[in-house]
Amino acid sequence: MRRLAIATAVAALMATPAFAGKVFVSNERGNTITVVDSETWEVLAEFPGGNRPRGITVSPDGSKLYVCASDDDLVRVFDTETYEQLHTLPSGPDPELFVLHPSGNPLYIANEDDNLVTVTDVETHTILAEIPVGVEPEGMAISPDGKYVVNTSETTNMAHFIDTGSYEIVQNTLVDQRPRFAQYTADGSLLFVSAEIGGTVSVIDPATGDILHKITFEVPGIAPELLQPVGVRITSDGKKVFVALGPSNRVALVNGETFEVEEYLLVGQRVWQLAFDAAEEYLYTTNGNSNDISIIDVAAGKVVKSVQVGQQPWGVVVTPD
Amino acid sequence: MKPLLIALTAIVTREALRFAQQRERFIAALVRPLVWLLVFAAGFRAALGLSIIAPYQTYITYETYIVPGLCGMILLFNGMQSSLSLVYDREMGSMRLLLTSPLPRWWLLLCKILAGTVISILQCYVFLAIAAALGIAMPPAGYILVLPALLVAGLMLGALGVALSSFIRQLENFAGVMNFVIFPMFFLSTALYPLWRMAESSELLRDICAANPFTHAVELIRFALYGQFNGMALVWTLLAACVFLGLAIRGYDPGRGLVRRKG
Repeated sequence: MRRLAIATAVAALMATPAFAGKVFVSNERGNTITVVDSETWEVLAEFPGGNRPRGITVSPDGSKLYVCASDDDLVRVFDTETYEQLHTLPSGPDPELFVLHPSGNPLYIANEDDNLVTVTDVETHTILAEIPVGVEPEGMAISPDGKYVVNTSETTNMAHFIDTGSYEIVQNTLVDQRPRFAQYTADGSLLFVSAEIGGTVSVIDPATGDILHKITFEVPGIAPELLQPVGVRITSDGKKVFVALGPSNRVALVNGETFEVEEYLLVGQRVWQLAFDAAEEYLYTTNGNSNDISIIDVAAGKVVKSVQVGQQPWGVVVTPD
Repeated sequence: MKPLLIALTAIVTREALRFAQQRERFIAALVRPLVWLLVFAAGFRAALGLSIIAPYQTYITYETYIVPGLCGMILLFNGMQSSLSLVYDREMGSMRLLLTSPLPRWWLLLCKILAGTVISILQCYVFLAIAAALGIAMPPAGYILVLPALLVAGLMLGALGVALSSFIRQLENFAGVMNFVIFPMFFLSTALYPLWRMAESSELLRDICAANPFTHAVELIRFALYGQFNGMALVWTLLAACVFLGLAIRGYDPGRGLVRRKG
């Protein structure tokens, strides 16, 4: 009897759901951040996020939320529990998107209007470097070992590989028109760069900078010019690649080994950015024109729900459990 | 009790036999909704704006939207088909045999409606299976939960068919039924467009659609397919079923009977 009781207690303990993560969505026009519970998918809160919040990320421990307040020309830092602003960080003008070093410091920020990548120390709140890049920098990615930062410039149509030690550009790769997003695979062996106008995703070997493959998209009944790839996320096993296709209202599910599109998933209107939860169970998409996020079941490859958030959602991030 | 069951079995068996011997009818009944699904829905995919309405949790394609409506279409056409077969029975004289049975007439009519509904439900499931094979799948539980919804909707539309058949003098008049019952019922419902879309063109149209019992039958099926219960749709469908059944029984009552007057 006693053994049974212990077994039951252990089972109950194991069955207790992990501490639920929170989904943070930056609303570009609403100037707010919407908080969504990652288990119930209910909106928990909406708080002011500064002027034109776009890029959004969290510290590795999940305690701090970083938001690019583009029209305030700075990065705002919020507590992920109280939603209070802790402090701001200097970012250089018009910060659009950024990437945090895997160790949690520093922050690499793309300054859309100034053709710069600004490196900001999140501990000392100072700018460490300003790196001149191509025109209209946006996409930011960091190699898993932290040695290289990749920036894409929307007008120069290039991916710039920056050495994080010397802050020098060591390599450039010309991609298709208007590259907006870059993402490394978890093992660092491949780099994916999306081109919004070009309508392609380039798969690049980061070691050589060579383009290995170009993923193209085609949805019957949808004009090709509406298939505008922006956000890219890859499962950590490298098998599934999700690509947000902007005004076509679709997310492409691409096979990470053959680079063939397996499915087009219908989401809300003008889908731009994507984020996995910590377990990679669900993928969240921001749909800027329908003011909602869609939630994709990663294993099943199906859209399960859409949730209304603030006005013109732009970026999304999920805190670790 | 036993004679009632014998009558039920006999009528259902007869209907099933008749159906089994008309393989074209089975195929035709499936082709109709499939053509709508594959041709009509493909053409309108881009035309219909997207919006999330209950019971859907996210954005859906137009093909997904019209599947419950096409199940309703199968039930509606089959309901009318049994009305046609009743007229035929009356012309051929086999109805006289049925109606001379000492069993209560309402029971005979109910058996007849039930027999038609069972066959319609079978067709609906074949249609849903084909739709699933084409990639338009519902949650697995929905396929079981939809059964009572299909039954209620089928009984309602079957009763409508029988009630109508008491007004039809000859087989030739069936075309009129098609024009004046099936088409308005189908098009003025939520089978093809959601209510909000109707409201965009006219409030009156929306109100007509909202009052149409076929709308409620379709919504009942739609919600059930997604594991949800729509109480209002159930009440409306049941209410309509009772009214139509009442009309059918009255129509076939030899005392007041429209049958006698015309027959």
